[in-house]
Amino acid sequence: MAILIDRNTKVLVTGITGKQGLFHTRQMIEYGTNVVGGVTPGKGGEWVEGKPVFDTVIAAKEATGANCAVIFVPPRFAADSMLEAIDAGIEFIVAITEGIPVQQMMKVRAVLDQSTSKLLGANCPGLLTPGQSKVGIMPGFIAKPGPVGVVSRSGTLTYEAVFALTERGIGQTTCVGIGGDPVNGMSFIDVLQMFEEDADTEKVVLIGEIGGTDEQKAADFIKEHMTKPVVAFIAGQRAPEGKTMGHAGAIIEGGVGTAAEKIEKFNSVGVKVASNPEEIPDLL
Amino acid sequence: MDLHEYQAKQLFAKFGVPAPKGKVARTPDEAAAIAKELGSVVVVKAQVHTGGRGKAGGVKVVKSPEEARAAAEKILGMDIKKHKVQIVLVDPGADIKKELYFAVTNDRAARKPLFMASSEGGMDIEQVNRETPEKIIRVHVDPLLGLREYQVVKMASGMGLAREYWGQFSKIAHNLYRCYVETDATLCEINPLAIVGTESGPMLMALDGKMSIDNNALMSHPDLAELRDASGEPEEEIKAREEGLNYVKLGGQIGCMVNGAGLAMATMDMVAQFGEADGILPANFLDVSGGAGEDKVAAALRIILSDPAVKSIMINIFGGITRCDEVAKGILQALAEVPTDLPMIIRLTGTNQDEGLKIINDANLPNVQSARSFSEAAQKAVAAVKGA
Repeated sequence: MAILIDRNTKVLVTGITGKQGLFHTRQMIEYGTNVVGGVTPGKGGEWVEGKPVFDTVIAAKEATGANCAVIFVPPRFAADSMLEAIDAGIEFIVAITEGIPVQQMMKVRAVLDQSTSKLLGANCPGLLTPGQSKVGIMPGFIAKPGPVGVVSRSGTLTYEAVFALTERGIGQTTCVGIGGDPVNGMSFIDVLQMFEEDADTEKVVLIGEIGGTDEQKAADFIKEHMTKPVVAFIAGQRAPEGKTMGHAGAIIEGGVGTAAEKIEKFNSVGVKVASNPEEIPDLL
Repeated sequence: MDLHEYQAKQLFAKFGVPAPKGKVARTPDEAAAIAKELGSVVVVKAQVHTGGRGKAGGVKVVKSPEEARAAAEKILGMDIKKHKVQIVLVDPGADIKKELYFAVTNDRAARKPLFMASSEGGMDIEQVNRETPEKIIRVHVDPLLGLREYQVVKMASGMGLAREYWGQFSKIAHNLYRCYVETDATLCEINPLAIVGTESGPMLMALDGKMSIDNNALMSHPDLAELRDASGEPEEEIKAREEGLNYVKLGGQIGCMVNGAGLAMATMDMVAQFGEADGILPANFLDVSGGAGEDKVAAALRIILSDPAVKSIMINIFGGITRCDEVAKGILQALAEVPTDLPMIIRLTGTNQDEGLKIINDANLPNVQSARSFSEAAQKAVAAVKGA
């Protein structure tokens, strides 16, 4: 068992003929992901890595039975790609693209909320179910199968934390990167709920950062709804107010979203907070 | 990206939100000439990317071109919260009857645009929010539907605006929303939106304005990107932006170079955890992102070294898709291009980490040390500053 993806997930790559799309399609196939095809408008009928390319998501879905789409198209076209995937009824959409304007994401979110699709990202590394499937750009070697669920707003920091677990012999059910944009798809709460319901997940690691109130809401959710233990880490304790720290969403605004505020909130609901990433395996 | 008041008000006017017809001056003579043209009372206002300029003496109401010249002389060059004033706006004086607050911004928690309207204009809105939150009328807009008229009425009646102004207010609300949407703004704020006496009767006018544009949208708005005034920013941050690097100056002694924003923040925290007791702190946040190839590492190194406060450098790279041995070679090539004697601690984890560390160690550079763990790297970087 795992959450969101496993070896049976049929993955479509939008932007499969682009540099990033092509590179990561190879990486995904090598890992064992069931990539069934790709989409690039104007290149329908071509083949990439032995997979058929289509002009539209709906045509690709009808031909391949894909139930997951991963989006690698440039920021100018990414919102359109997400809307297309929602319109085609793709169950699970993973948007890797970084740099999408917030107002466009607010529109995508409004359409998404009226659909049955789930969206991870944008501006996220994707997700990985060790030994089965990875969708996105996470390096495969960092993970191994086991009982810990990982959910994070970061990319390399997640790899660091997961790799630290793996080196200590602690495997994972699924590692999920929800992304660092202020308006996005799945939240910490959505993923925590899935880990709570997943029979194989015994413990959960949550990696947050400054900006917004998603971690605080996650803390409330953990207190009310979770029986499994959660260990957290929050990056950005030294971040100054009003400066964007790399991710568009990592910014302290009007004194809201500080690391101290988030750590205190987790402590108040009994979630152990690691003072640095190396401490995470110890606290588990 | 923050705009100046004068830029925001020009955009408001372009979208049909009435604003005073002032002009900007860079010298006292220019200010006097504008005051003469506008006649009678004018307001001379410092244009800086920070709040609190009124309290700092950066806003003066004057009654003649001579007084305008004197006011501009005082304000230009003034230091307001570490921002040097280089431009003043000279606006015609206004006969203010009442001041309101009106803004639209992104509400990230609700994932929707949020309008805020209040009868308590001209004050710090955060103070109003703390003390009398009921005096702020909040309306969330469905981004697919846009602002609807019933929502405008809810704000106008909610803040007790006299009915004779509802027509004007509605036009301003819709035009401000159009401005917010078409410029990809993250904030359009009018404080105050004032009722001012004019020859044709009282009218609503944006006497002050504040706008921020979504950095991710600047690519599709080259005209707005040109409005950037970087004069108040640290030189290193300007250079980094030109190189496509994420850099924030923090003022400490340990220069940090990291791939990935989250890991970069965690690195700053780790440095502070070991150094703070001795007053040793991170000099910067720097995300080289992605592959950390030779060119990017060299550019990042140049920017870190241009900060004279830096006494040691910590490089923390997670080799994911990129292999650590390739990153190590990139770092050595960058070091050949940008030589430095400062102590440097390099930590590489991930794919081919042992090969990467071996390349660093075999290069035998006297000032370069490798580290296995995150904490070891931070401790060594702190020790290097202490030893310097």
